[in-house]
Amino acid sequence: MLLFVIRRALYTIFSLIAATAIVFFLSRAQGDPRNVLITGYFSQEIWEAWGESMGLDKPLIVQYLIWLKNACLGDFGTSINAARPARDLIMDRIPATLQLAGVSWILSFVIGIPLGVLSAVRRASFWDYFARIFALIGQALPPFWLGLMLILIFSVQFDLFPAGTRGGPLHYVLPCITLAWTAASGNVRLMRSAMLEVLDSEFVKLARAKGAGNSRVIWKHAARNALIAPLTYSGLILAAFMAGTVVTETVFAWPGIGRLAVDSVMQTDFPVMTGVVLMLTAIYLVVAFAIDICYALIDPRIRIS
Amino acid sequence: MASPSLIIEELQKQPNWFARKMRDLPVVPIAILSIILFAAIFAPLISPHDPEFMTLADRNAKPFWYDNSTGKFPLGADALGRDILSRIIYGTRISLLVSFVAIVTGVVIGGTLGMIAGYLGSHIDEFIMRLCDISLAIPYILIALVAVIIFGQSIPVLLAILAFSTWSAFARQIRGETLVLKELDYVALAKVAGASQFRILVRHIFPGVVNTIIVIATLRVGAVIMFEAILSYLGAGIPPPTPSWGSMVSDGRDYLPTAWWIAFFPGLAIFLTVTALNFLGDWLRDKLDPRLRQSV
Repeated sequence: MLLFVIRRALYTIFSLIAATAIVFFLSRAQGDPRNVLITGYFSQEIWEAWGESMGLDKPLIVQYLIWLKNACLGDFGTSINAARPARDLIMDRIPATLQLAGVSWILSFVIGIPLGVLSAVRRASFWDYFARIFALIGQALPPFWLGLMLILIFSVQFDLFPAGTRGGPLHYVLPCITLAWTAASGNVRLMRSAMLEVLDSEFVKLARAKGAGNSRVIWKHAARNALIAPLTYSGLILAAFMAGTVVTETVFAWPGIGRLAVDSVMQTDFPVMTGVVLMLTAIYLVVAFAIDICYALIDPRIRIS
Repeated sequence: MASPSLIIEELQKQPNWFARKMRDLPVVPIAILSIILFAAIFAPLISPHDPEFMTLADRNAKPFWYDNSTGKFPLGADALGRDILSRIIYGTRISLLVSFVAIVTGVVIGGTLGMIAGYLGSHIDEFIMRLCDISLAIPYILIALVAVIIFGQSIPVLLAILAFSTWSAFARQIRGETLVLKELDYVALAKVAGASQFRILVRHIFPGVVNTIIVIATLRVGAVIMFEAILSYLGAGIPPPTPSWGSMVSDGRDYLPTAWWIAFFPGLAIFLTVTALNFLGDWLRDKLDPRLRQSV
């Protein structure tokens, strides 16, 4: 078990290095960052002083390693536009993103799991078709379009919910629907097919045979076993959320890390940009790591293979 | 065992005849996809206007069913006076181009790596699967945004990023299939007969994974179209003024309260296309490869 944890941890760290290296080298592929940073007239001395202070006189790979070392110590460099440490800018924005993603994550399970169970237990009923259409729509809706249409209907037309920025509970409604619908659809589909399979298995029949009540059979015996599939998927949902926040936060002007990413890219603010990529990837990888470990604890077969 | 006629009677009594019918042949999705293919091929013939022609006099022109509409633009015009219907029709070309290139590259890279990983196993398998994990963890939207800043908005760069984002899905599933196939007797026989590893992979394993490839490819097309739309919406996709559905929605963002049709119709086009593809993919999966049913 310990060996398994160590191996997974190494992979996690390696993935993190790979993701940041891509962004780092890509951002330098443009050439000398001084071309973007220094505008107007300047002397050769200033040019070289900048280069020295930023470590640009060293080879690219050394520059990356220096950046990596500093990032590990919590220093992502100084934001070019805000003249503040990039870390502070990112840390300011993280709570907003985590709240949005967290609420949506819970929402996707609270809606997806019961709907999936209901759909599998009462096949070909109204609820089955409702769940399947819900999932079908959810998996094909472009998130930015869904967000705009929700704004159009609920903010512009009926003025029920605010269309943007962070605030009271009402501010969460539209962004969370936008973010959660697709994930909830995935859960409905997975839970439905897993339930259908489990309901057909021997131990469920045994539970029925020994006289357990219907709801006990469904929730205690079947649903608990069927939950493994959505649980695995929850990691993927998180990955989708990390990418999805970029879109959702842009649509709803949500002051989170996703919007910071878009803004920093548009302003060619490289320290913030690489920092955001590191943070988004790190959040995803740490959760994926945690899920893997939980998984190995639940299911001994994974540890051995 | 009941007689066949009894079974048929029993089946007919079941209330899910509608579901069974739908499972038989997805007529509506096929029709939608045919229309899109038709539109892409004959775009210059069927679109009523030039998709890039601007007339400021017609800015935000209303769709035909409004009383005070001129009727010149069936689905209205955008803020630059360009016909939305024509732009949607031309937009099909971008969506098809993008998904075709990305999927073909994804199949070639992912399929090859998946088969190699599954067949050779041990360290090579481990290495390729870790590459897959890394690929899953990379925030491609951000990478694409960064790439746009550096290389400018360009179609080749976009295609490369889309291809990179899609190969791991193929590699994973095909590796799994290969693991099963390589244990089968006919592969062992081929080995005994002296076939080279290359020959076994191409002639004996590959035919076994074709169905999986078709199913995943169909399901991935929708994802690629969606991804391109997201990037175009964020301003990191197809360079303007070429019409792309995602950037059209983005064009309409600021005119939502006054001219909702600018953002609505291109989004609807994305939604219908992806729905049709998902439907077709599900159907193909049930027909060709029922084992995949558990995966999303």
